[in-house]
Amino acid sequence: MTNYLEFEKPLAEIEGKAEELRAMARANEEMDVEKEAAALDKKAADMLASLYGDLTPWRKCQVARHPQRPHCRDYINALFTEYTPLAGDRNFADDHAVMGGLGRLGDRPVVVIGHEKGNDTKSRIERNFGMARPEGYRKAIRLMDLADRFGLPVITLVDTPGAYPGKGAEERGQSEAIASSTAKCLQLGVPLVSVIIGEGGSGGAVAFATANKVAMLEHSIYSVISPEGCASILWKDAEKMREAAEALRLTAQDLFELGVCDQIIREPLGGAHRAAEDTIASVGTALQTMLADMDGMDANALRADRRSKYLELGSRGLAA
Amino acid sequence: MNWISNYVRPRINSIFSRREVPENLWTKCDDCGTMLFHRELTENLNVCTNCQHHMPITPRARFEGLFDGGIFVEVDVPEPLADPLQFRDQKKYVDRIKDARRNTAEKEAMLVVEGEIGRTPVVAAGQDFSFMAGSMGMYVGNAIIAAAERAVELRRPLILFSAAGGARMQEGILSLMQMPRTTVAVEMLKEANLPYIVVLTHPTTGGVTASYAMLGDVQIAEPGALICFAGPRVIEQTIREKLPEGFQRAEYLLDHGMLDRVTPRGEMRDELITIVRMLMKLDPAVSGDLPSPADDVAEAAEDAPDDANV
Ligand SMILES: [Zn+2]
Repeated sequence: MTNYLEFEKPLAEIEGKAEELRAMARANEEMDVEKEAAALDKKAADMLASLYGDLTPWRKCQVARHPQRPHCRDYINALFTEYTPLAGDRNFADDHAVMGGLGRLGDRPVVVIGHEKGNDTKSRIERNFGMARPEGYRKAIRLMDLADRFGLPVITLVDTPGAYPGKGAEERGQSEAIASSTAKCLQLGVPLVSVIIGEGGSGGAVAFATANKVAMLEHSIYSVISPEGCASILWKDAEKMREAAEALRLTAQDLFELGVCDQIIREPLGGAHRAAEDTIASVGTALQTMLADMDGMDANALRADRRSKYLELGSRGLAA
Repeated sequence: MNWISNYVRPRINSIFSRREVPENLWTKCDDCGTMLFHRELTENLNVCTNCQHHMPITPRARFEGLFDGGIFVEVDVPEPLADPLQFRDQKKYVDRIKDARRNTAEKEAMLVVEGEIGRTPVVAAGQDFSFMAGSMGMYVGNAIIAAAERAVELRRPLILFSAAGGARMQEGILSLMQMPRTTVAVEMLKEANLPYIVVLTHPTTGGVTASYAMLGDVQIAEPGALICFAGPRVIEQTIREKLPEGFQRAEYLLDHGMLDRVTPRGEMRDELITIVRMLMKLDPAVSGDLPSPADDVAEAAEDAPDDANV
């Protein structure tokens, strides 16, 4: 069953009607509804094209958070062979908000790390909605170290509302864990590529996405703060999230302009959740290309590349 | 205290602080409510003389107390793009910046300087909470990079005093990108084997704590400073319970292994000198045991602040 977003309500009605007609026809062989249903299909397709052709930043936030959007786990299962999860930070716990391990992307053995949000109540709770605790970042650091020692590229898949704001997380050094993970990203002597597949939430995203190349899915977002959080601080009204989403310039398109995102990966019409397989395949192709582009670069060149990328950021702004 | 701080500093400070506020100005301690003479408070580095509560201090005032003779030279910070996102909430970002400049008489939220402390050459950076809550935008990022580059160039340690509400939302993703950018700055210092000392002051939160402020070789905090990633209010809303007394305060972090030391502001200078000199393999600082100038000279200097020619 499709899970419709609020702005997709008119679409839901048309698609629902077409489905209803076809269900009636199935029950009654005398009925011929195909012509009518096809007209509704056409209407729905047009509406989908027009809705998704020009998504506002707030609507993009909703698409980026869509519950049926493919998540880290889906990408890992589909794109990597011999995936072997590796667990734990060797210090406190294994954080289930962060997946990671060894796998092959095509012929290439790699280390893959990503945030996993979960897709039903049980798995969402188990995954803590993709909000990592210090042990998640420390697991990532450990896996990046492993990759570095054995010369394997690192791929990170970013999809998090942010680092978890909890008591234990603070006690165990959330700040230090995030800072050290970002530092580890910069220190790696192997290629590091990152794809923002859904939400790139603040420091929790930076800790994984300080990469040589950062790609973003067409309707993903990457922001210093959630639109709701920004609205409640700057507008003193959490309901002003549309305005905040607008002002924050958090879309893949704006971030490409600013040089934060190096590549935008197209999503199927209607968003990744309408055609997960195609989306995942496009991400796979983008990853292969990004890694191939760095073949032959030595450790120093890779570090220097990452360093200069971040030092130069901010030299271009956006027009109003 | 060594003789330099006892003797030379008061004298030179008195030269530099003649623009002092009127004698009769009082400030109320935020904590115990004691009325304190403004001058007395300034001399005590904005620490309450009654309850030792550490009140905010601007980087400029801090550096006047920190550097030998109150003398330091500012390090240039490359100017970033102004308002890259054309941000406006209820107010335009450019207007918020203008107001902050008018209210603080400072250009931005980070001051980078070089000078000597206890005759030890250092570069120092101070974050200014009074300037838009010290928030980390592109200027702050540039300032930290400039500080690190200058330290590497001069082969000096970098001492950074943090104070911030977090990232500057009005610069959107570009403020967030200061986390990796400032981490590059820290990496430069580490590669050059130069000490990077962080002094966390009240409050240091959000993306600032989760980047350069937690990556020091030595992590010191001022007493009572709030130091966190997520603020207490956000956590209380998330977990729906009241947080214990002292949660996320400097002493709490020290107990949880996140800091090396909690040091009162009045002892910070000597402590920084001691630590930095050992890390730089320099001899111990000149101490009070050495022959000190005659007391009467020191007194004369204090009594005659107008005599600048000493
Ligand atoms: Zn007091």
